[in-house]
Amino acid sequence: MKEIRIHARAGQGAITTASLLGYVYFLKGVYAYAFPSFGAARMGAPMNAFVRTDTLPVLLKSQIYEPDYIIIVDETLMRGFNCLSGLKEDGIVIINSKEGVDLALKPKQKVYTLAANDIALKNIGRPLGNTALLGAYAAATGEIGLDNLTEAIKKKFSGKIQDGNIAAIKEGYETVLKNKKG
Amino acid sequence: MFGPLVSKPGSSRNNKTGSWRAGLKPKFLRKNCIACKMCLLVCPEDCIRGEGKNTYDCDYAYCKGCGGCVKVCPKADIVMVKEEENSK
Amino acid sequence: MKEFLEGSIAVARVVKLCKPGVISAYPITPQTHIVEELAQIVANGELNSQFINVESEHSAASVVLGGSAAGVRVYTATSSQGLFYMSEVIFNIAGMRLPVVLTCANRAVSAPINIWNDHQDSISLRDAGWIQFYVENHQELADYHLMAYRLAEDKSVMLPAMVCMDGYTLTHAIDVLDMPTQEQVDKFLPSYKTSYKLDVDNPITMGPLADPDYYMEARYAIQETHKEVIKLIPKVTAEFSRVFGRSYNGLIEEYQVTDADKVIVAMGSVCGTIKEVINELRKKGKKVGLLKIVSYRPFPVSEIYESLKNVPKVGIIDRSLSLGSFAPLVSEIKAVFFGKNKKPAVISSFIVGLGGRDITKDSIRDVFGLMTSKEKACEFIDLKPELLKEEYE
Repeated sequence: MKEIRIHARAGQGAITTASLLGYVYFLKGVYAYAFPSFGAARMGAPMNAFVRTDTLPVLLKSQIYEPDYIIIVDETLMRGFNCLSGLKEDGIVIINSKEGVDLALKPKQKVYTLAANDIALKNIGRPLGNTALLGAYAAATGEIGLDNLTEAIKKKFSGKIQDGNIAAIKEGYETVLKNKKG
Repeated sequence: MFGPLVSKPGSSRNNKTGSWRAGLKPKFLRKNCIACKMCLLVCPEDCIRGEGKNTYDCDYAYCKGCGGCVKVCPKADIVMVKEEENSK
Repeated sequence: MKEFLEGSIAVARVVKLCKPGVISAYPITPQTHIVEELAQIVANGELNSQFINVESEHSAASVVLGGSAAGVRVYTATSSQGLFYMSEVIFNIAGMRLPVVLTCANRAVSAPINIWNDHQDSISLRDAGWIQFYVENHQELADYHLMAYRLAEDKSVMLPAMVCMDGYTLTHAIDVLDMPTQEQVDKFLPSYKTSYKLDVDNPITMGPLADPDYYMEARYAIQETHKEVIKLIPKVTAEFSRVFGRSYNGLIEEYQVTDADKVIVAMGSVCGTIKEVINELRKKGKKVGLLKIVSYRPFPVSEIYESLKNVPKVGIIDRSLSLGSFAPLVSEIKAVFFGKNKKPAVISSFIVGLGGRDITKDSIRDVFGLMTSKEKACEFIDLKPELLKEEYE
C-alpha cells in the first residue's frame, strides 16, 4: 500500500489532482481510493486531498498521517504548518516552488521542487500547476509512468486543454529528471 | 401483511349516521321551495335529494340532524322538529 | 465493468439504471452531488423521468410520496437536517406502504452545525418503518440501491427503503467498483407494478383516517412485514448473486469472527478501517474480528445472536447517540442476549467519529485495547478533554 497526501488551498484543484492520480493507478490495474478532507469549504482555505493505492481493494478509510509521498501545491502553506508531518523515513516530497526550499529532512527522504505554476502558465495559460506536479511525481517516485499519465489526461480532457496538460506533465517530468541527474 | 391501508369509494354508506341525531330532525315543508339546492350543497352527509321546486327531502338513515339545511334555506322552508313528529 | 467513480456519481448512475419515473430532491451537503448528476442525466435525455424541482425537503418527500402513490418508481436523497425536515412525510410514506427508495448521505445534525459524517440523522428515524441498509464501500452502495428497490417493491413487502452511506467518506471519495449494466439491472429488477395506486378510473383514498378501531392493526402489519423482510433478504441476495456474480449476506457480514475472543460490532464505512486493523492484529496473533450490521431495519436478531453467542468480549461502535440513555446499537445488541444462556461475558459501548472526527487505525486499536473484562459504558474515543473546560455558570 502506498499513501499520498496533497496539500493545497481550496480552489487550487487538489481534488482533481487526487482523482487524476487515483485514476492513473486505476488505469495501471491496481486499486485506488482518492478522497478530500474539507475544512471551511471556502476558496483559499488550507485543505488536503489523499490517495491510497494497493493491489487489493483499499479498506482503510481514515485520512493519511504517515504518507509515502507528499505533494505541496502551494508552498505558502508551509509557513505556518508542518506539511511534512508523518512522512515516511524514505518518503518523497514534491513542492510547487519557484525559488526552491530549504528543508530539514531525514537522510533517506528526498525533496523535488519545480516552478509548476510557471510551467502551467506557459503550457495551459492558467497558473494551475497540478498536472506539472503529477509529471514531477511520476519522475520522482517511479510509481507511475509518463505513458500512464498521458493516457489518463487523454481520457479526461480533450482539445487544447488536453494538449496543454500533456505538455505540462512532460515538462514537470523532465524538470525532476534533470534535478535527479544534476 | 397490510391491515387497514386504503379506503374505497362508497364506504360512508356503511356508516348510518342517522343514529347520531339528538332529538331534532329537519322537516322539509315543500311550500316556498325555489329549488336553489343550497340545502343539498351544505349537507355534510350528502343525504338530501330533490328534482325541482318543493320536491326536496333527506334520508333519515344518514341525516345527523345538524340543522345546516335549516340555517341556509333562504325561504325558511325547512324547520327543525322533534324526532317524534311526523315529518311528512 | 470496473470503473473509478465518486460515490455520489456511482449512486446517480445506478439509480438511472433503475429508471425511476419521478425524481425530486432538495440540495444539501453532502448529498448534493447525487441529485446534481441525476438532474444532468435527465436534462441530457439519458433518462425519461420527471425531475421535479422543489423548495424544501418536505416538498421533495411529498412529491415522491405522490409519485409512488400514483404507481410510479421514485427516488430521492438527502442528509441530516434535510432528512429531519422530511421526517413527517417519511413516517407517512412507510404508513402508506409506498416503496420509495431514499439515499441518506449520513451527516451529523445541528447544533452545533456540522456538515461531516456520523449516523445521527438516519438512526434518529429508525422507528419510521423504513428498511435501512448501512453500506461500507462503493461496491456496496451501488449494489444495495438495486436490492433496496427489489425488496421495497416486493408485493409482500411494499415498504420504503433507505440506503445509508457515509457522507464524504463514501459520497465524495473516488474508488473502484464494478458498475452494473442495464441488461443486468433489467434482469434483476422488474418494472414496478403495484396493486393499489391513485387512479381516476378506480378511485381509492390512501392514508385515510384510522380511528382506534383500526390504527393498531396498520402498525402491527408493518411490524410483521419487517419479519418477512428478514426472510426475504437472503432470497434477494441469492438472486442478486446469480445476476451480478457478487455475493452478500444482506443482513450482517462476519469478518474473522469464528475463533475471535474480541469482536467489534459496527455499521458503515468504518468497517473498512476495522478490517484493516484486524488484518494487522491477526498477523501479531491477536484473535479479533468484526460483525458488520448491514440491515439495521429490520434488525437481524437471530443472525446477531448466532454470530456473537460464543464470543467472550464484544465492543459496540455507535456513530450516533440516544442522548440521556444507552447508544442505539448497543442497547439493541444487549437486548438480543437478555435472558439467553449463551452470551458474551462483556458487551462494551464505544462512541466513535461523531461529526466527522477522523476514525484512524489508532482509534480502532484503542477500542480493541479497551475491550477488557471490565465493561465500558458509553466510552467516547478520541475525545479532547481540553475542550470541556468552558463553563457558563
